[in-house]
Amino acid sequence: MDAILLQILNGLDKGSAYALIALGLTLIFGTLGVVNFAHGALFMLGAFCAVTLNRILTLSHEVVDETRTDFLGNPLKVDVPYVYDILGEAAGNAVIDWSVPLAILFSIPIMIGVGYAMERGLIKHFYKRPHADQILVTFGLAIVLQEIIKYFFGANPIPTPAPAAFAGSFDFGAMLGFDPNTIIYPYWRLVYFAFAMIIIAAVFAFLQFTTFGMVVRAGMADRETVGLLGIDIDKRFTVMFAIAAVVAGLAGVMYGPINAPNYHMGMDFLVLSFVVVVVGGMGSLPGAVLAGFLLGILESFASMAGVLEVLPGINQIIIYLVAITILLTRPRGLMGRKGVMED
Amino acid sequence: MSKSDISRRGVLRTGAAVGAGLATPTIFTSQVWGGGHTGFTNAPQGDTVTLGFNVPQSGAYADEGADELRAYELAVEHLNGGGDGGMLNTFSSKTIDGTGILGKKVEYVTGDTQTKSDAARASARSMIEKDGAIMITGGSSSGVAVAVQALCQEAGVIFMAGLTHSNDTTGKDKKANGFRHFFNSYMSGAALAPVLAKAYGTDRKAYHLTADYNWGYTTQEAVQTSTEALGWETVNNVLTPLTQTDFSSYIAPVLQSGADVLVLNHYGGNMVNSLTNAVQFGLRDKMVNDKNFEIIVPLYSRLMAKGAGANVKGIFGSTNWHWSLAQGFTTPDGTEVAPDAGSAAFVKSFGEKYGFPPSQAAHTCYCQTLLYADAVNRAGSFNPCAVGEALKDFEFDGLGNGPTLYRGDDHQCFKDVLVVRGKENPTSEFDLLEVVEVTPVSQVTYDASIFGGDLGTCNPGA
Repeated sequence: MDAILLQILNGLDKGSAYALIALGLTLIFGTLGVVNFAHGALFMLGAFCAVTLNRILTLSHEVVDETRTDFLGNPLKVDVPYVYDILGEAAGNAVIDWSVPLAILFSIPIMIGVGYAMERGLIKHFYKRPHADQILVTFGLAIVLQEIIKYFFGANPIPTPAPAAFAGSFDFGAMLGFDPNTIIYPYWRLVYFAFAMIIIAAVFAFLQFTTFGMVVRAGMADRETVGLLGIDIDKRFTVMFAIAAVVAGLAGVMYGPINAPNYHMGMDFLVLSFVVVVVGGMGSLPGAVLAGFLLGILESFASMAGVLEVLPGINQIIIYLVAITILLTRPRGLMGRKGVMED
Repeated sequence: MSKSDISRRGVLRTGAAVGAGLATPTIFTSQVWGGGHTGFTNAPQGDTVTLGFNVPQSGAYADEGADELRAYELAVEHLNGGGDGGMLNTFSSKTIDGTGILGKKVEYVTGDTQTKSDAARASARSMIEKDGAIMITGGSSSGVAVAVQALCQEAGVIFMAGLTHSNDTTGKDKKANGFRHFFNSYMSGAALAPVLAKAYGTDRKAYHLTADYNWGYTTQEAVQTSTEALGWETVNNVLTPLTQTDFSSYIAPVLQSGADVLVLNHYGGNMVNSLTNAVQFGLRDKMVNDKNFEIIVPLYSRLMAKGAGANVKGIFGSTNWHWSLAQGFTTPDGTEVAPDAGSAAFVKSFGEKYGFPPSQAAHTCYCQTLLYADAVNRAGSFNPCAVGEALKDFEFDGLGNGPTLYRGDDHQCFKDVLVVRGKENPTSEFDLLEVVEVTPVSQVTYDASIFGGDLGTCNPGA
């Protein structure tokens, strides 16, 4: 029982990331009809927004410490962040420590700009092209973006720690009456799960309860009719692309402390996120969220030592097995609508 | 140029020499091969010789590859008489005089392994067939090393391995044309186990997470064997996919297993992520079996430690070389380790040129280039069989690891091994590891036959 609870918890944060990326993918597909293979790169860019803010906050000037030497035997040059000079060491350290949460604010305008530029500059030219062309151009864009990041930040993962207040893990086992240390879960992953829930709820609320959202939903259902009513639906869809970019970016910002960002992290999530979209049902926002959590949890279960003893290698194929099973039994996915990608 | 070009050219140029070579009794030494610069693949023509540096320039190990390339460029500069000479000044063999190799100026070409065996073979093949590389060196993965080594054996050129730690490279997959300066999994296990037993006691239960490929298997086996010999129990060994990025589902069950030690047989991005996840789960703050829970990383790399940040603090591992050898230090048990002249020369040379200290990958690649050049000079020929004979059972010093033997039985270097630990109070982004013990070579030496394999016969190509 405790092992099952543990893997459900483990699946939640992974599922949160899948759900957030798949939500953005579905938003773009549902509004613009574009299969965006560069969406994983937006997740990666978000993570590097956190890295960039951390580097800005730790911009330093050198102070020579005559009492110590560097690797060449010269007096050691110690980096002193400018933020120490401005706020003092204690406050400066606190600001640097909280750089990841602060990067949420930092990343939003950047991701809006990136999303807007991506849609207006490239993707809009491919609206009427076949899906294969869209996949090729967006996949190419993803490779370009990750190579740019690698050029500036290198290929190694870059540690992006969570605030010290969220270090360590919470003992769910002790709370639920199990032995101590049997069900532990890092605080930051709890934060990530809660954050994902808030973002998902905000996106749904925006689409459900605002006039803008209503128009977008109407456009998703019947773009032509909405256009005939004199509404510039293309402009609204461009905004939705930017919102999807922000969602992916925020997912990346907060994911940094879970796995140190590297230039390839977007690709690592992209394929699985597409499987999530297909399993959830093309164009279905609730389906994307549901499938994200479902596949995240299943992946965790498949990694249990007991399961691997019986079915070696199942952890590497479980998501695809589930996808095949669901598509055979429900060809439109869990919550897919009739007519989407069926023409 | 296709592979058939090499064969055709080789046959035309060296047919007679190969025939003579086949008839040559094995008692002949390298001096016999050294008779002339023909009869082998890519015999240098003119006054230059081309080396092929095959390193990961893209992919996850690109930073490590970039450091290897820096070291190669520095080595070429020194071989051609430039710079301050680096470890040429401390190397016990004095055949290299700054005039290149055998009087030929050293030039080089580079390839991108992408840390993929097929890409690495393709780039090595291109450098041999198109660019005329006489020797291939580099790499940051055992899978790549084994694949490129086999290609070099077929092509008839020397392969001087870069960073490859699997026992198999000079074990079951060893080749007559391949040589490794870097240490291996067995040596890591043999060096680490006594230090671990001393630090954590002999009554420990270990849980292994192991990267699901060649290097992971040999490292896990080495650490398990060495620690069990000292009384530890191995609770479980779980294989993790090489593509895994989030290890939480593998780490969460560790505490339920009753283990009080987690061994992460991971390297590169896998190591960074698994260690980060383990620390996030607070494993190191837990008490299990009335002992502090501990984590071990058998193979450390400073570049990777940088990726893991503060998570490496206090965690034991092993390394082939560390720049702090240049300055000397006192180990935690009070042993004074004097500054090493070779390391000092290399760190100074590399540091002044690039502005930061070299990694162990850079060190082994620099050493391999010098060792190859010296072997050619001693053999008096670029013929790979002559060079191989010169490297076999070659004893040297002054390259940063103390007295070292290039064992002829398996073409593996034997030297002291460093046991390191993540530093609690680093002074810079390079000062992440501290050496806690210099394990003497006698403790990590093994019988060449234990890993099987067969060197086969040297192939001069052509």
